Amino acid sequence: MNGFLKVASIFCLSFVLIGCIESTSNKKYELASSLSENREINEALQEDQEIVNFLAPYAKKIDQEMNQELSYTKKPMFKTDSKFNTAIGNLMADAVFKQIKPLAKEKFNIQLDAVLLNYGGIRSGISEGKITVKTAFDIMPFENKVVIVELSYKKMNELFEYLAKNEVAHPFAGIKLEINQLSDIKHQKVFSKELKEGETYFIATSDYLLKGGDQMNFFIDNENVFETNYKLRNLFIDYFKSKDEIVAEKDNRFVKVQR
Amino acid sequence: MKRRKFIQQTSVASAILGFGGFTVANAINSSKKFDKHITILHTNDVHSHLESFPSDHSKFANRGGAAKRKFYFDQIKKENQNTLILDAGDSFQGTPFFNYYGGELEFKTMSKLGYHASTIGNHEFDNGIDNIAAQLAHAEFDLINANYLLKNTSLNGLVKPNQIFEVDGVKIGVFGLGIELEGLVSKDLYKETIYLNPIDIVQDQIRFLKVEEECDLVICLSHLGYQYKSDKIDDLKLAAQTSGIDLIIGGHTHTFLNQPTEVKNQEGKNVLVNQVGWAGVNVGRIDFFLNEQKEDEPIKSSVVSL
Repeated sequence: MNGFLKVASIFCLSFVLIGCIESTSNKKYELASSLSENREINEALQEDQEIVNFLAPYAKKIDQEMNQELSYTKKPMFKTDSKFNTAIGNLMADAVFKQIKPLAKEKFNIQLDAVLLNYGGIRSGISEGKITVKTAFDIMPFENKVVIVELSYKKMNELFEYLAKNEVAHPFAGIKLEINQLSDIKHQKVFSKELKEGETYFIATSDYLLKGGDQMNFFIDNENVFETNYKLRNLFIDYFKSKDEIVAEKDNRFVKVQR
Repeated sequence: MKRRKFIQQTSVASAILGFGGFTVANAINSSKKFDKHITILHTNDVHSHLESFPSDHSKFANRGGAAKRKFYFDQIKKENQNTLILDAGDSFQGTPFFNYYGGELEFKTMSKLGYHASTIGNHEFDNGIDNIAAQLAHAEFDLINANYLLKNTSLNGLVKPNQIFEVDGVKIGVFGLGIELEGLVSKDLYKETIYLNPIDIVQDQIRFLKVEEECDLVICLSHLGYQYKSDKIDDLKLAAQTSGIDLIIGGHTHTFLNQPTEVKNQEGKNVLVNQVGWAGVNVGRIDFFLNEQKEDEPIKSSVVSL
């Protein structure tokens, strides 16, 4: 504790007041010295009972809601399980595709082509067994919402280029990418339509990535943005609810080939 | 303009009990040599961590928690009733308490802990600016910010640039500064909030607090961040490029400082810059000792030339 202690003389005292009269207003005071200590809040401190009692019912209610069972998985999944694409990443991207495709049609009359999230945005793994509301909070603790971004053919190529060069298992759906040993694109495909000049593509992503998060700068210079107001976390909760069992696998949507 | 708050106090407790005896003894011994002793307690970026971290947490086992923090605050207040409790923003977002209750519990808890003032962090906007306005109904402390123009928002009239606290006859001016929101927070969340240059605002605030109101101490609650390598404004740059501030209580960068950093300001005087990590795992404590200025002594406090 001594290490944290610091006596700092801020001003030199040129005088000392003796026997000053208390509590008359309009007196001026001058800083003479200061002490400081940045202290740990740890188990050496007791808990104030009023605060414990105040928070307990809220914590209990949250616990009950968080433990609400939504689905089930036989297999644990972590984002470090495999390279290029992962079961958990595919699960998240596929969930966004399934939930947003009908919404895009109904709300904006557009055809969703693909989904792209980011690897860093997978905030937790999923353990085998019960999938609960807490699972959704663990994988997506932030309040980010889904946006649909319309990209030009040029920007769509930049998107593929970004994925190829980074070689990170960013979750995506609706597209396929093969790269060679030099990380050059060998094959790229949008399932819903041909990749060609003059065409535009509707990509669902998070409002965080839309602003260029994770250097996904191709999203910034877009043709159009459609705001769904659908929080990613709520989307995952709705998706889990719709499935009795969650089955997700690594597949061949993003691969590095020998030739 | 008289809108200062008087902090009620009884006489300084004569018997000092409990933990932290060494520091306390020092503080009390020091307080006897000076006319006034003011204690500042502060947090930043608590991020909805109302409960302690679990005992199996890899980094902060059993650390933090509002119940332990209140116990500590109460201990310090027993030692020195002349205590101000301040926060540098981002009390919102980080646990389901926020997701489920939108900030109500954070503000209610801070009120119960006896906070006097806080400022607006970027995460306060996470459920929109209108939510901040709504949650302020639960705050018994002042939310202050001087560099967001809020005229065309729901916070107009609810957030003041500064607050003057009169503690044991000592006038303490506290003002708040927030970070540039563009690129950090969606426009649909901060709406018509306009960010103003912190350096310009500091000069305005000092002119008001030091020159007009003759505050004895000036404290800045900053959510700008401790230090950036780029020329983006931070607490260290702010301290060096201005004058009149005695203490900057910082946040945003979640910086753990063992002790406040001393920075020379434009007049060559020391400014203390402090920040205590995040999640309430640490609390900062600064004790200021002041002496009365004689009438015939030249005023030595920082006065900005107009």
